[in-house]
This record gives sequence, structure tokens and C-alpha cells, in this order.
Amino acid sequence: MKTVDLVIVGAGAGGLSAALAAWNAGIRDILILEKENDTGGILNQCIHTGFGLHTFKEELSGPEYAERCAMMLKDTDVNIQCGTMVLSMTKDKILTCSSAEHGLEKIQARAVVFASGCRERSRGAIQIPGSRCAGILTAGTAQRYLNIDGWMCGKRVLILGSGDIGLIMARRMTLEGAKVVAVAELMPYSNGLPRNIKQCLDDFGIPLYLSHTITQIEGKHRVSAAVLSQVDEHLQPIKNTEKRFEVDAVLLSVGLIPENTILEEAGALIHPKTRGPVVDEQCMTSLDGVFACGNSLHVHDLVDFVYAEGQRCGQGAAAYLTQSLKQEKCVQVGAAGNVSYVLPQILHFCDAKLFFRVKTPMKNCAVVLKSGTKELKKMKKISLLPSVMEEITVTKELLEQCEDDLTLEVTSWN
Amino acid sequence: MELTCITCPKGCTLTIELKEGKILSIQGNGCPRGIQYAENEILHPVRMVTSTIQVIHGIHDRCPVMTSKPVAKEKIFEVMKEIHSLKVEAPVFVRDVFIHDVAQSGADLIATRSVQLESSFSNEKK
Repeated sequence: MKTVDLVIVGAGAGGLSAALAAWNAGIRDILILEKENDTGGILNQCIHTGFGLHTFKEELSGPEYAERCAMMLKDTDVNIQCGTMVLSMTKDKILTCSSAEHGLEKIQARAVVFASGCRERSRGAIQIPGSRCAGILTAGTAQRYLNIDGWMCGKRVLILGSGDIGLIMARRMTLEGAKVVAVAELMPYSNGLPRNIKQCLDDFGIPLYLSHTITQIEGKHRVSAAVLSQVDEHLQPIKNTEKRFEVDAVLLSVGLIPENTILEEAGALIHPKTRGPVVDEQCMTSLDGVFACGNSLHVHDLVDFVYAEGQRCGQGAAAYLTQSLKQEKCVQVGAAGNVSYVLPQILHFCDAKLFFRVKTPMKNCAVVLKSGTKELKKMKKISLLPSVMEEITVTKELLEQCEDDLTLEVTSWN
Repeated sequence: MELTCITCPKGCTLTIELKEGKILSIQGNGCPRGIQYAENEILHPVRMVTSTIQVIHGIHDRCPVMTSKPVAKEKIFEVMKEIHSLKVEAPVFVRDVFIHDVAQSGADLIATRSVQLESSFSNEKK
């Protein structure tokens, strides 16, 4: 059986960044397994600009960002094997993968990084009633068809969900000549970035219906119409608020789920809220020597954050391989109040950054880090949005003061 | 008036004090680019335009493109019209210029990814 020091699953922004960081930390035997025929991951279909302001100090399109990441590995001997699907992994880090080139193959890794991205929630996950006809796609699938293959999926489009992909696709379909009749959002607020509401919807006069959902889809072979209804505070549709739109396509942008089937089957602890593995500040999961980063760890808003996390993860994996990873005392970190989740969930006593997201939008609030009942750190925030990932730094000195596990909470400032 | 800055993902809310079409003050910007954005947005709004064009004989069928700088908002659909009529041959290199001054917008239309020649075609040529 082939033995490799570090196997990285996925050659998107997270995987490529982890590979470079591990290489720079002295690891020489690195293999990246990528299921597509090209590196770059989801960046390749994100042809809009706005990527790279942090990492490259430039505004790039997704494909150009991906090309830069791949270029940085050019002078290394990192081995990238495309067209290879990882099927499973054992606790002892034996990966089974398949490819046209090598057939079914088993690889023994000394350390593994999962940078396998996320997948979209689909119609089945939100149970939209009505006809099961053609023309109902996730926004990311429509984006792939349009930007990679050059196929338009419809001429009159309704989009459910105001996540960033939905908003970006509203603009994209409009530019290519489709009429986007509306974007509907179940929640009373959008889950997309404010800039995307402005430049993708407002610029083109596309209406956004907050607190609305699809309650009926009509059509025999192909979608012919979709019905929107307003929802009450319990998110239940309200009778007699129906609006019918004649459309030939419905796009769903209703959330992303980290792709962790293999990790979960291998026995890694999965966090119920992030749907990614439980990790420490080096991105190591509950399985020894198995790491995770990027959208397979938790869904990110910015590729630059994925890149930075990939770096930490690659460094962590390198430290593990060179046995310089210190496994001393650690504490658990939990979320409370309006905090939806906080990462990492395990913290060793060292300088680290905690990343968190709120459940609902909040203004003038306090972010409080507690050890038991003792307040360790308090930070004022003017505005917090569920669509924006926030961070708080902790120092070794601060952590040495804590006796109990940590909780991060957000309350109103007073 | 209030504007959402679209320069970066932070999306600062800008408060602009206007008098007879002239800007008196801009507040709420997290960086200097917010000032530039607010001035543009009030006097002559501009946007980046991105799309894809058809590539023949390449390892990919489409090549993503963008305008080299933001173009006047009212020019967006004229730029798109020129993009739609374009077809290029592989190989393409990132930052190749396809159209200079696309739709008289002052911006060039450039490739944002490289597309290699499909191997069967490169062999034929050899």
C-alpha cells in the first residue's frame, strides 16, 4: 500500500492553502486528491469579482484566485491527483479512493486534511409542496451550468433564499437576459451580505420578499408557475397572502452543509450546529492526525477566511507530523445567548482566534467570553449579522486564568 | 441619505449629507474607499461587469471575463451585448485583453482564467 505523509482531500482554496503551509513548514511528501479534473474547487464557477482583498490585496474573480493559489504550489513538489474521488477513510488513516487512472486505490496517510467543501440544501431538505417537474435547481447547480458549461437554466426565474449564491445568481441570470421576477426569503432578514442586496437586487430592480416562502409549484413536465406566501412569526404560511408568478425555473439558495460524510463514517465528532467536525485551534478533529478546514469545517462567507484557515490547518498538520504539536491542557469552548456557534470548540493554552456567528441580527451589543461565571474578555460591537463571521482573539495569559470551560455569548450592551 | 458601500464584504452603511446635489459630508465609512464609492455612487455610479465567453478548442468551453475597471452603470447591458458576440480560440492566458474600451466604457474586457489548448488540437498542430 502506498504511504504518504500528508493527504489533503480537495484542491480548492482551503486544500491548496493547507498544502502550501505544510510545504513551507517542511513537509515534503504531500498528496492532494481532487474529484474534479482541475484544481480550484467552487472558485471556478464564482466568476464575479470581490475575491482576494485580504490575501492578494487585489480584487480578483474566483477563477483567477484559484489560479493564483495553484501557481503558488508550482515551485513545490506537492503532488496533485485530479479526477480522484475519496470514498472512505478508516480511523488509522487508510483512505480508499477511485480514479479512472489508478482504479480503486488504498493510501496510508500519516496525517489527513479534509478540505472537501460543502454541498447545497436541496428541495427535499425544505419540503416544497407541488409538482416534481423539471426546472427546479439549487442556485449553485445553476451557477455551474451557466458559468462553466454556458447553459441557461431558464428565462423567467424565481429564487428562494437570499443567501449570497441566490443573490449573485439573480444578477448573473439578469445580465444573461433572463427575467428574475423575485427573490423570496423565509426569515425577516436576508442571509446575504448587504453589498450583494445592493449590487445584485437593487441595481436591477429585483424585488426581495422577506418572510415569504414557496407554497406551491405548478407545471407538468417543466415548471410553469410558483406561488409565494407570506409567513408568520412561527414561519408558517399565512392564508390569502398568495402571490403567483409565472416562471420556467426556480432556484434554491437555502443553505449550505459542510461535506463530512467520510469523516463522520470514520468516527469523527461532528458538531450539531456547524455540521462540521469538532476541532481545536490547529483544526485537528477528534481523530488523531485528521484535520479539517474551509467549508467542510464550517460554511465561510469569504474565501480569504478559507485561505487563512487552510494555512492554520496546514501548519497544524505539519506540527503533528514533526511531533511538535503540543497536546497540553485544554478547555472546551461553547456558545450561549445569541451566539449560534463558535470555533474552535477545543482550545489549548496558546494565543488563538475564536470565530463566531450570531443567530439573529443585533445592534449595540457586548461579546463576552466567560470561564464559568468569570468574565475574561468583553468587546463592544455596533452591529452583528448572521451573514458575517466575527472573531475575537484570546491570549495564552488570558487562558491561563480560566479554571472552567469557556462560553462565548452576545448580549445587549449596557 | 444612506448608502450601503459595495466595495468590500463589510458593507458599511454610509451616511451622506447632500445639499443641492453637492456632497457636504460622508460618514460611516470604514476605509478611504468608502468615500470614493459614495462620491461615485452619487455623481456617476459604476460597476464591475463579469460574464463568460465561448472558447473553442480549449480544455474548458467558457472563459470567465471581467471589465478591467468599473464601468458606468448605464453601460452594463451594452458591455454584455459585446460579450455575447465574442468567441475566442484557446489558448487563453489570465489577463489577456479581448476587447479594448469595451462599449466605449473606457475599460478593457479581460480574461480572468487561463484556458489551455485541448491536447487533441495541440497534437494535430504538431
